[in-house]
Amino acid sequence: MTLDLTQFHDAFFEESFEALDSMESALLKLDLGAPDAELINTIFRVAHSIKGGSATFGFSEIASFTHSLETLLDELRANRLQVTEATSDLLLKSVDAMRDMLRAVQAKKPIDSQRVADLQFETEQLLAQRHAAANGAAGHAPAPQANASQGSQPAAAAGSASAALSAGATAQANVPLASAGVSQASAQSGTPSPASAPSSERRWKISFRPYPELFARGNDPLRMLRELHELGSLRAEAILDALPSFAELDTQSCYLAWNLELTGNVDEAAIRQVFDWAEGDCDLVIAEETAPAAPAPAEDLTNYDLIAEFDAMMAADAAPKYEPVQAPPASPQPAASIPAASPAPAAASPAAAAEGSGKTEPAGSTEPAHAPERVSKSETTAASGIGDSGSIRVSVEKIDELMNTVGELVITQSMLSQLGRNLEGPASEQFRLGLAELERNMRELQDSVMRVRMLPISFVFSRFPRMVRDLAHRLGKQIEFTMTGEQTELDKTVLEKIGDPLVHLIRNSIDHGIEKPEVRVQRGKTPVGHLRLDACHRGGNICVEVHDDGAGLDPQKIMAKARARGLLGPNETLSDDQAVELIFLPGFSTAEQTTDVSGRGVGLDVVRRNVKELGGSIDIRNTPGQGARFIITLPLTLAIVDGQSIAVGKQNYIVPLISIIESLQIKQGSLNRIAGRGEVFAFRGDYVPVIRLHELFGVEPRARELDEGLIVIVEGDGRRVGLFVDDLLGQQQVVIKSLETNYGHIDGVSGATILGDGSVALILDLPGIIRRAGAGVRAN
Amino acid sequence: MNQVVSTEPSTGAEQFLTFVLGGEEYGVTILQVQGIQGWDRVTPIPNTPEYILGVINLRGAIVPIVDLRRRFGMPAAEFGPTTVVIVVRVTQDNRGERTLGLVVDAVSEVCSVGADARKPAPDFGSGIKTDFVKGLATVDNRMVILLDIDRLVSEGLLGSMSTH
Repeated sequence: MTLDLTQFHDAFFEESFEALDSMESALLKLDLGAPDAELINTIFRVAHSIKGGSATFGFSEIASFTHSLETLLDELRANRLQVTEATSDLLLKSVDAMRDMLRAVQAKKPIDSQRVADLQFETEQLLAQRHAAANGAAGHAPAPQANASQGSQPAAAAGSASAALSAGATAQANVPLASAGVSQASAQSGTPSPASAPSSERRWKISFRPYPELFARGNDPLRMLRELHELGSLRAEAILDALPSFAELDTQSCYLAWNLELTGNVDEAAIRQVFDWAEGDCDLVIAEETAPAAPAPAEDLTNYDLIAEFDAMMAADAAPKYEPVQAPPASPQPAASIPAASPAPAAASPAAAAEGSGKTEPAGSTEPAHAPERVSKSETTAASGIGDSGSIRVSVEKIDELMNTVGELVITQSMLSQLGRNLEGPASEQFRLGLAELERNMRELQDSVMRVRMLPISFVFSRFPRMVRDLAHRLGKQIEFTMTGEQTELDKTVLEKIGDPLVHLIRNSIDHGIEKPEVRVQRGKTPVGHLRLDACHRGGNICVEVHDDGAGLDPQKIMAKARARGLLGPNETLSDDQAVELIFLPGFSTAEQTTDVSGRGVGLDVVRRNVKELGGSIDIRNTPGQGARFIITLPLTLAIVDGQSIAVGKQNYIVPLISIIESLQIKQGSLNRIAGRGEVFAFRGDYVPVIRLHELFGVEPRARELDEGLIVIVEGDGRRVGLFVDDLLGQQQVVIKSLETNYGHIDGVSGATILGDGSVALILDLPGIIRRAGAGVRAN
Repeated sequence: MNQVVSTEPSTGAEQFLTFVLGGEEYGVTILQVQGIQGWDRVTPIPNTPEYILGVINLRGAIVPIVDLRRRFGMPAAEFGPTTVVIVVRVTQDNRGERTLGLVVDAVSEVCSVGADARKPAPDFGSGIKTDFVKGLATVDNRMVILLDIDRLVSEGLLGSMSTH
């Protein structure tokens, strides 16, 4: 049977890119020196699955590269290599390289093989150094310890089909691993040489419990059993507990589990090899049946015993396989130091070792029960989080289509509701009941569809740790970067457009806000600067805040700069807050000024414009010398707005509820005029200008006198005005429709919506109106 | 206007929807017509040329309505029972496709105009703009003015709006 694999390419690329993102974020979370084992596992899994995928699809370059990366990761995972700045740099570079390779393959372009080869060489060098150092230290180690070093073998092979080979290769010579394909590796470790049989038969107990979705991953338990059988004599016992009744049987699910007993000259690595592809899809416990001659009583087990036994066990099967005995020690602590070690680190070792060998317990029944259990559990949840999150991929167009249809339904439904209200007759009551039900369901449907489009802001945030790290590196600054509220959800369209402004702001903060360590110390601050990125929901909006404890903005310098640029009259002075706002003016920023003004302002006008286009606003809270906060407020969605209907003459308009401060009625007498024209009235200590909407829009109003209509105080662009309208009508959620699709932009109108009666109402663009009227008093 | 004729396929007839406007008969290519509907209330949009009557809800889309009489500078007429909106789809070079409604006095018929029945529009000099006239056709001894609506749109009708 031939299978066209290209149909899976897209999914593979998409998944791989996502996986690389998660790998990157895991890498950035990795603490130098004391790495979280679970994080390393995550990273390892990503590399592993990309390797597997690319090998399957025949992207051999990627597979080969990932393979050597995996080797390195395996060393980290087994704690034989410390996570240093250099390693994590290398790994991050590798992530970039993999991403680029995948992109190249996706675009069917040639891979930049020079770069890949360089990185691969670097990786191998690192590995080689590791081995060289280890060899130097343990050069004349006694035989058992040297054997113990080979204990790395099963662990490595367990994780990947190939690490066995690489460990061997690097131990012998610095052979480039690039050519070591998966198959080659499996050939080596999969068939233990018959000559190497020092201890005769070994008995392995294997508990193999596949998850129901095993088949879906293309795994065939039967094949595995057959392969095991080839390794030695196999006794299999099937566990039928989970088998449902025939009627409930789902042929796609695996209900069976097995207890296996394998006897033969087999090492654990070979067994793990068989289950390699099922990793993450099953619970697997492999334990050697300890010979009756050396039973380890579980009660008086000490840590020392555990490790020693573990090492011995590893040594027993690994030693004969490779002749060079001058290999590094397996566990982070040399065997000799173990008895002296305090219980705590020693206790950690078996756990680490267990993790190193995959998610299962290698030391068999003698292992304390709780440790491996914890490990395997965390592994399982993490695996399911990555592999099978119960989600499907849907194209955005489909969702948009759905949104549109739901929008239409909402309109139809409100049309019906209006009809129902005027209905008379015996069935009318029932009709209305039905309508009420429909309305409720409609709202739920709308909410659900909206939620589909909502994504956590972490999709944008995730790229920042890397960016901050690299930038801080380059600029010689020390920055502690924290993010909160990554799970805050917002509409995909908003999400896509908020990335660039945030990049800008963060870059600005690092570049110009946070000082160099020595400057910071001089100013009595900690040498490490703090940069925070927060997201939260506030009302119907989402707030994203970039906060640094750097130099802040210097209003005097900004004003001086603005004067030099002609943005401010020579004798004009502004309050500090107003001065700071100047940095948002187009033309304020040029490359040259970034150094002599405290720096901010590179393209901040663009940032502001982008945010405004999304219907949001940006504010600065500045404390000179102490830092600055940029606060971006954005609507959750661009598709639906909570609106207040207002009436002017025969027309209805929608004012976004979010921009309404309050509405009130004022008397003609309380109105003051400026220069005989502009009308203002006192509102909460400010004089707020009045815009008569009917004049602005040229419609015939019902109310001309102030006491006949209403003043709606609205805010847009940080300015307040009073809109004079005839009346306030109801509040409703409206679906925003673009006027520009078939028409064009209209000043003062941000879009249109369709009302319950099928007619169109325009949605007011308050910043536009305020600008157009050239009015407004700054809101505080 | 020779080149206009030459761009049309010389073989076969083209179908036109004809309508009446101030006593004159016009035709638009049937391929561009999306539908015809009765005149209904529109929502006026502020600060637009007077021939833009406003927008309507056309199956969920916001569609602008153009009063062709005013567009052609004819005296405005009361909208009566025969007043209809012809919904057409126009293509504009820089904007892609757009939908708009044209208010006309009445729709008359769909007719086939063969290449031989088409004459180029005469040049009236600078007094009368005939840019959006594709040609003239004789149908049952009546003269039908064939409109180039794509041109009509790009020649300032919606052109000013796309500059924003």
